[in-house]
Formats: sequence, structure tokens, C-alpha cells
Amino acid sequence: MFGSLSMWSDWASSLTTLSEHFPVLVVVVPMLSAPLCFLSRNGRAARGISFFALLSCLLMVIHLLGRVLDEGVVSYRLGGWPPPLGIEYRYDQINAFVALIVAFIATVVVPFGQNKKAFRVPAGRTNVIYAVYLLCTAGLLGMCVTGDLFNVYVFLEISSLSAYTLVAIGAERRAMMSAFSYLTMGTIGGLFFLIGIGMLYQMTGTLNIVDLSMRLYDVSSVRTLSVAFATLFVGVSIKLAVFPLHQWLPNAYTYAPPKVSAFLAATATKVAFYVMLRIIFTIFGRERSFEQMNLDRILLPLSIAAMFMGSIAAIYQTNIKRLLAFSSIAQIGYMTLGISLDSLTGLVGGIVHLFNHALMKGGLFLAVACILFRLGSVKIEDMRGIGRRMPWTMGAVVVLGLGLVGVPGTVGFVSKWYLVLGALEREMYTVAFLTLLSSLLAVIYVWRLVEVAWFSDPKPGIRMADVREAPLTMVVPVWALAAATIYFGIFTEHSAGVARLAAAQLFGGTP
Amino acid sequence: MSSYLGLWHYHACILLMMVGLFAVISRQHLVKKILGLTITQVSVIMFFVAMGKVRGGTAPILETMNHDEVVRQAHDVVFSNPIPHVLMLTAIVVGVATNALALSFVVRIKESYGTAEEDEVLAADHADSVAESAKEHALESEAT
Repeated sequence: MFGSLSMWSDWASSLTTLSEHFPVLVVVVPMLSAPLCFLSRNGRAARGISFFALLSCLLMVIHLLGRVLDEGVVSYRLGGWPPPLGIEYRYDQINAFVALIVAFIATVVVPFGQNKKAFRVPAGRTNVIYAVYLLCTAGLLGMCVTGDLFNVYVFLEISSLSAYTLVAIGAERRAMMSAFSYLTMGTIGGLFFLIGIGMLYQMTGTLNIVDLSMRLYDVSSVRTLSVAFATLFVGVSIKLAVFPLHQWLPNAYTYAPPKVSAFLAATATKVAFYVMLRIIFTIFGRERSFEQMNLDRILLPLSIAAMFMGSIAAIYQTNIKRLLAFSSIAQIGYMTLGISLDSLTGLVGGIVHLFNHALMKGGLFLAVACILFRLGSVKIEDMRGIGRRMPWTMGAVVVLGLGLVGVPGTVGFVSKWYLVLGALEREMYTVAFLTLLSSLLAVIYVWRLVEVAWFSDPKPGIRMADVREAPLTMVVPVWALAAATIYFGIFTEHSAGVARLAAAQLFGGTP
Repeated sequence: MSSYLGLWHYHACILLMMVGLFAVISRQHLVKKILGLTITQVSVIMFFVAMGKVRGGTAPILETMNHDEVVRQAHDVVFSNPIPHVLMLTAIVVGVATNALALSFVVRIKESYGTAEEDEVLAADHADSVAESAKEHALESEAT
């Protein structure tokens, strides 16, 4: 009995030692599991490996977020080299929160039942998909947690290269062309980001983000600084798909396998948004970004244009994945609107919308995967009357769609509430009105889906008799996300509460 | 004026970058687009290399382990800044990976479309969707 007790305490103490290395293991575990998946030569084993790797990642991020909320910033020195010379992994409220979203969505998507027809991969080599998927997750988590600007670039490229690959394995041949244009745009974005890093290094001689922000206080050369700001901003905007730079997004999300679309829509753009927050608020600081660079004058019109163009384009789509892709562009507009309002409440709205949109779009794309699995089509026309055949899936679509509209009781309402409140605080009544107006456009495209699925007779020529509810492994993750949109819509202290802390920290004020 | 001339290597990098971006935008052939992308990458790499170079500077390698010698060398010899150069090793690796991936996409596109010209690929996609909707109309009229 005593033997087992001492074994337990040994185990507990080794876990404590290990927990000191959690900050780096969050990135290392998925990255090293990727070659394991590649070597396993078996889709099922690879799926198991990636699920457990990501689950352990999720638990570590939860532990770290708890530590950050209790103790403040958690800093980890890679190889024991102290910053600013060494690379530092730095967890604070904002990036632990974003890392949690990435790890959560990545973990939910893996066990999701997969449709072999959706992937253009030779039979028996599906393990490769999981290897690339883990690399992408590792890259995204790395971008979140690293405190070194060049490291951000490296992880950005790791995640982007694997994202291009994931898009390219879509079943249709158009997937490859969309992956190619995604690659072209993404690489140019990455290069702009790299030039910006170079200029910042030239001015300060450091790459550590915290050190950089402190040294930039003394930099007076406004011209180099503005160019650096512009290139970094444009580079991240391409990755984030801010309105005029969104051209890669609709095709990439439409032709990627639906599982991949769910993952990318819920995580890749969110991490890019986080990097944008870091650049604007941590590196350059609020005053410099808004008062010297006049960021709001550029970003505010672009955000509003994105909200309207995205929603209007979504209304006219005939393919549900394309509809959701254009809706994503509109939702990214809401997030950047949160930045451009230049008010604490608005920023809370932007950050909480990052979390909320990840839940909603992730859930909706997974629901599309269910539809594709049973119906074999993603055309809205073909979905007529599908609600009676797949009540659970389409029920989740209704709940998540209401979230996109921003109906009270769902997460969408929480973020729009903060955004409108932020606009009113700054006395920008037109902006508040336009935010509400664009939500009405969301009503139109969500209603189209609801009407087709629940209130129409099946289309002639489509055999509805074969269509039944998707298997449990697919419906459960969808409903987990749908339930989360309602839960976080009512109990906001975990999402909006953390977002408020994060926003206050970025804004440099007291909460 | 002289300050502009003194910065000629940066201007050269920007010029090279514009050449690359122009190729990406204007060329229809996908391999030429990749070439343009590579030129852009090289221009950024050269920008970093130019940034780290100090006039008359040598590679930052100590010639001896003797302490006094090291101190003397540190005073007398001008070193280039190695960090931008080291960063570019990573960027070169990223560039190689990007090129390999892009070329593999082009190979697959050529296999399934029979062409690597962007406009022809897009035309084929358009023809596909037209044919698809025509087939659907036929199905629909058959059913009714």
C-alpha cells in the first residue's frame, strides 16, 4: 500500500517537473506527433495519435490559462537562454485564450467522422492528412505562444504551408487551383511580414516582442516606422483576409474538404487576428497606431465594407460552403471593426467575436461535412427538405445560424452587443447603425438555409429516401459546438470575461 | 541626395521585389508565377543580408581562444551583424519549401487539366460548372 503511495507521489512530482515545460510542450507535442502519424502508415492509428496529442495539448493549454489568470504572465526560456537574446515563449491573457481556442477546435475536429470521398488521397494513405493537420496546428499554436517576432514568421509559414496542402487535397480538381492562389497570396503576405520584421530589427536591434515594444518608445524615425507598420499590417491582413485582400478565401474554403474548412475557418484567421492585435497594441502601442498612423481611418471603412460585401455576396451563393466562406469575410469585418473603434469596449467585442466566430463557423462547416456525407452535395438547391431527414444536423445549423445573425441568447449577440456599445461610446452612431443593418443581411442568408432545409419539398431527381441522420461521431461534435454557442451566449463570464481582461491588458488600462 | 545614393542597395532590393511581384501578377503561366514569387523572396533575403553587412566588416568569428587576444580583436576588428544573415538561412528554407509545394501543385494541375496556364484552367473550371448546371436542368426536366 505504501509502495503504491510513493509511486503516486513520484508520479505527481514528475508531473510537476513536467508542468514547468508545458509552455514549450504545447508546440512540441503536435509537431513531433506529425512524423509519428506519417510513419504509422494507417489512417486509424494516425487519427488516434493525433487525437491524443491534441487532447494533451488542450489540457496543457487549459492548465496554462489557469496559471496565467492566477499568477499573471508565464514566461518560458527556450534552452535556458534569457530573453531578449534567447527565444521566449510568453503566455498572457490574450494568447493563452487564443491558444485555447485553437487547441479546442483542433481536438474537436479530429475525432469527427471522415468522409473518404472528400479527400483526394490514395486509399490507405489517410495518415498523411493527420500528419499535415498536426503540423498546421503546431504552427498556429506556435504563432500564438511565441514571444519572438521572427519565430512568429517561421510558425506562420509552417502553418500556412500545411494549410495550402490541406486545401489542395480537396476532392474536386478545382481545389488545387484554389490552393495555388492561396499559396501565392499567402507567400506574398508572409514576405511583407518579413520585411516589416527586418525594418523593426534595423531600428531596435531586437526581435523579442516585449523588448521591441519598449525600445520603440525611443525611436523617432517616423518614416521607417510607418513603412514597417504598413508592411506588417498588410502582411497580416492578407493572412486574415481583411476585405480587399480576401480573394484567396472563398475558393480555398469552398474546395477544401469540409473538415479542413471547419478547422481553417475556426483557427487560421483567428490566429492571424491575434497577430494583428499584437502588432497594433503591443509592438506599436495604441497611441502610435491610432494617433500617428491613423489606423482607424483605414481599418474602419474596410471593416464596414467587409461586413456588407461579405454578407451581400453570401446571399447570392448557391453552394453552402461558399456562402459560409463569404459570411466568414463579413465576420472578420466585425473583428477588425472591434480594433478600429479604438475603444476598450469595442476591442472586447472584437476579441470575444474571435472566440464566438470560431465556435459558430467551426460548427457550421462540420454540419456541412455531415450534409455532404449523407446527401453527396453541398448545393443549397439539393438540400430542399433535408431538415426532416437530418433533424439533428439541420437543427444545429439553425442554432449556429442564429448565432451568426446575433440573436439574443447566442454568442453572436454578445459580440455585437459589445461592438455596438463600443461604437456608441465613441459616438459613432452611423457605425452602430451599420453594424445592426449588416446583421439584417445575415438574417437573409441564414433564413435561406433554414427555409430550404425545413420548409421546402425535396427537389425532384434527388432521392431523399437514402438520406438519413449522420452518424453519431459526426453529430456529437457539431452539437458540442452548437451547445457551446448557447452556453457562452448566456454565461458570458468565461468568454467575455477573459476577453475583457485581454483587451484591458492590450489597451494598457485597468480593467 | 547623397543619403539616397548611400542607400542604393535597399533601392535595388525594392526594384527586384517589384520585378517579382509584377511577374506574379502579370504572367499567366503558373511556373512563371512561381519564378516571380522566388524573385520576390530573394529580394527580401537580400534586403536582410544588406542590413546585416557593415562596411569593412568580417565574419564574426574569433580567431583565437586566448583571452587578451579576444579582447584586442573585439576592439580592432569590425564585424558584420550575423543575426540577419542567420535569420535568412531559415527564410531560404521556407522559400525552398514554398517552391517545392507550389511546383507540386503545378504538376498536379497540369495532370488533371492538361495545361498550366491560369486563364485556360479557369476557363476549364467555368466550362465544368456550365456543363454541371446543364446536366442538372436536364435531370430536372426529366423528373417533371
